[in-house]
Amino acid sequence: MFSEFFQFTFSGITLGAIYALVALGFTLIYNASHVINFAQGEFLMIGGMGTVVLVGTGLPLPAAMVGALVLATVAGILLHRLAIAPARDADVVTLIIITIGASIFLRGLAQFFWGKEYHALPRFSATESLSIGGATLLTQSLWILGIAVVLVVALAMFFSRSKLGKAILATSMNKDAARLAGIKTQVILGVAFGISALLGAAAGLIVTPITFTAYDVGIMLGLKGFVAAAIGGLGSSTGAVVGGLLLGLSEAYTAGYISSDYKDAVPFVIILAILFFLPNGLFGSRAAERV
Amino acid sequence: MSALLSVTNLSKEFGGVHAIEDLSFEVQRGHVHSIIGPNGAGKTTLFNLVTGLYQPSAGAVTLGGRDITGRAPHKLCEMGMARTFQNLQICMNMSALENVMLGRHRHLGSGALAAMLKLPGLRKADRHCREHCRELMTFVGCGDYLDHAASAMPYGALKRLEIARALAAEPDILLLDEPAAGLNATETEALKSVIQKIAGKGITVVLVEHDMKLVMNVSDHLLVISYGRKLAEGTPEQIREHPEVIAAYLGGGTRERQAQEVPA
Amino acid sequence: MKEARAMKKNILISPYGGLLLLALILALMPLAVSNDFHYDLLTKICLTATVAVGLNLLVGYAGQVSLGHAAFYGAGAYASAILTSQYNLSPMVALLSAAAGVGVMAWLVGRPILHLKGHYLSMATLGLGVIAAIVLNNEEQLTGGPDGVGLPPLSLFGHELSVFGEYQFAGLTFTGVELWYLLAAAVLVIAVLLALNIIDSPLGRALRALHGSEIAAQVAGVDTAKYKLRVFVISAVYASVAGSLYGHYSGFITPTVASFEHSIELITIVVLGGMASTFGVIIGAAILVLIPQFLTDFQELEMVVFGAILMAVMIFLPRGLLPSVLQRLQRGAQ
Ligand SMILES: Nc1ncnc2c1ncn2[C@@H]1O[C@H](COP(=O)(O)OP(=O)(O)O)[C@@H](O)[C@H]1O
Ligand SMILES: [Mg+2]
Repeated sequence: MFSEFFQFTFSGITLGAIYALVALGFTLIYNASHVINFAQGEFLMIGGMGTVVLVGTGLPLPAAMVGALVLATVAGILLHRLAIAPARDADVVTLIIITIGASIFLRGLAQFFWGKEYHALPRFSATESLSIGGATLLTQSLWILGIAVVLVVALAMFFSRSKLGKAILATSMNKDAARLAGIKTQVILGVAFGISALLGAAAGLIVTPITFTAYDVGIMLGLKGFVAAAIGGLGSSTGAVVGGLLLGLSEAYTAGYISSDYKDAVPFVIILAILFFLPNGLFGSRAAERV
Repeated sequence: MSALLSVTNLSKEFGGVHAIEDLSFEVQRGHVHSIIGPNGAGKTTLFNLVTGLYQPSAGAVTLGGRDITGRAPHKLCEMGMARTFQNLQICMNMSALENVMLGRHRHLGSGALAAMLKLPGLRKADRHCREHCRELMTFVGCGDYLDHAASAMPYGALKRLEIARALAAEPDILLLDEPAAGLNATETEALKSVIQKIAGKGITVVLVEHDMKLVMNVSDHLLVISYGRKLAEGTPEQIREHPEVIAAYLGGGTRERQAQEVPA
Repeated sequence: MKEARAMKKNILISPYGGLLLLALILALMPLAVSNDFHYDLLTKICLTATVAVGLNLLVGYAGQVSLGHAAFYGAGAYASAILTSQYNLSPMVALLSAAAGVGVMAWLVGRPILHLKGHYLSMATLGLGVIAAIVLNNEEQLTGGPDGVGLPPLSLFGHELSVFGEYQFAGLTFTGVELWYLLAAAVLVIAVLLALNIIDSPLGRALRALHGSEIAAQVAGVDTAKYKLRVFVISAVYASVAGSLYGHYSGFITPTVASFEHSIELITIVVLGGMASTFGVIIGAAILVLIPQFLTDFQELEMVVFGAILMAVMIFLPRGLLPSVLQRLQRGAQ
């Protein structure tokens, strides 16, 4: 009974850590450019699939991972450079469609070059699982949690300590002021897209050993990341992490205690319930609209 | 004479900033009642509170004796209240004329079925509305833009277009937020006569304006506010003589000069 | 005389002139196409365009984004399927009941979500759409689950309209496929007429004002919550009717009709064709139905090419195809 609960909690936190990373990626791009990037899920796909393919060419796993992360980061920067920057004055919906076009494009490329098959990666540790209090813990879950924590902390330090991080923050707060202060805002936005892609790819990579990957895994993962970001109140990093964990846990409990048929519906029920009471998410700003 | 609009102990706070604080005043029916005060005094916030766009933190507003505190803007429109905006609120996806016709919303049936089937009654009412709104555009001095898209109009004309839209509702009380800001001398002169004609029709006007010549010319009554509080109140003559107002505001007060130089 | 000519010209350049042109093109189509396959595409274009014209009222005119509109299309299709095969209602009665039911459903879900703004509204509509698709997939007893469910042929005034049938009218012989096209075309023309009427009315002005300036709309007396709900319901009913018809036409539906991907396809049609352009979105629908046909030559690269086209059009013609082209023509004429 208790061990079951413990088991669900642990897999929920694992899943939640992944969603949190995707949500952080959304948040980063949203803050920098007010774009909701529907291609975010494709970065996860590139992280997982890229590693699989590079391993297939004979590269050792760590090198393959680095290769996939670099590939995703470049894709993120190019996405901004080629598709978002030229359309920066367009309507919000138009931008949504552009990122949707980008996601179809990236998915198409993956399908063309890498095929439609499902792939797995080996676990990062030789020992597959540990048994604690009757519950089985996958060592991969520990890897996921550890890496997620490191990434979140690194991101926080990046924004509070580094010059580049501060420039991104300044740009997201007030683009014109940042430009006047001599910040090359378009370059900065490109960097934000790159980091966001890197985060997504890392999430996609570390989750692949337990969930499989394929050219089309990005759709659902991306959507759930969007939900997690919205739960937190688009634009709040704390909110993104909380939203991600909340999603992961509720999904795991639903699958465990209620029905796994409806587990994919859980994130969407939760976000609807939250928006019903808090139209700007948990951590969103509630300032009155200026007239 | 009776008070059409009365504001009692009204307050509005934005995260610690008291934009309006314990403000009370009355607007008499048929008056042109001006509200002046330096930038940031809370004039626009006051309009937003009175017209239901903001919810007050405390206090009450009544219109024609009825409590309207916190009532939704569209309901206030139906009760005969109309306004314009300091920062334009124009529908740039519509033609100039359609913007004005929008103002007549409360006088037109807007049933979905009637609209879908273009029933003759609705069609006729809409045709009248179109004619009437063309006249209104000419009345406020937008006659040159009868067939223009709103997005193709210059700033000054858009300010007048907002007045036409407000008038289209046939209001009892009209609130104008800095209608002369950004207008040149001739345009301001024309605006003055428009305001006077509106008042001549018996419409009560509440005017927020920095142009003192205009204000002193058209007003029956003035309210001076500063930092969200009442500083003085009275006829233009009384205000001109008022020591505190002279000190703080009229007599070469730097804030007023700033306000005129930066029509925000 | 002069006045009459001016009036004629007015009709031609007014949206209603566009409607005449549309009706003409649709009526002449049979001269241009010959085989069943072409008729099939045309019918699908007309039905898809019908949904898009309704969705455009919501998104293009009123400025309220829905990323879950396929849910209403799917609800219409499934309601028709269930009402005809499990409750033995005649197809037309089922279609109308479905439309009414979907309208009520849209009203119920719209009330709590339509006060959301911007991306939160996108999120909520997206969520509703995904939930609807998951329910259709899981409630197998009612919906047949992922395998889908069959529908009987449509019947009009007691006559069955089957794609496999042959029909005699006034000495002429029509195939079922041809008649289905004519029906879908007629539905589209009516859908466009109703939409044009709405746009050119006080209701339409109120809706466009929601997009232009919600604050201006409010102080002009528009109960914005009510009008958002209204246009949401109207666009849902459009989708439901088209969904029901599609179900009877294809004879078989699966939960993909309500999928997230389909919702995205619908919003893409609207934005690609041109928001707030009734005829633009019809072109958008034609393109999205036809593109896969042209892209079959690219086979494996179909998605890549489609994604690239989508991005390119939206980057270079951000207002959508028809409005951007018209704008250029106008500039050229001046
Ligand atoms: N929506 C809002 N949120 C926060 N502060 C506001 C808002 N609207 C107005 N304020 C603040 O209230 C004060 C009064 O502003 P305003 O009413 O615009 O002044 P005025 O119209 O007299 O120039 C200012 O300090 C302004 O910054
Ligand atoms: Mg002001």
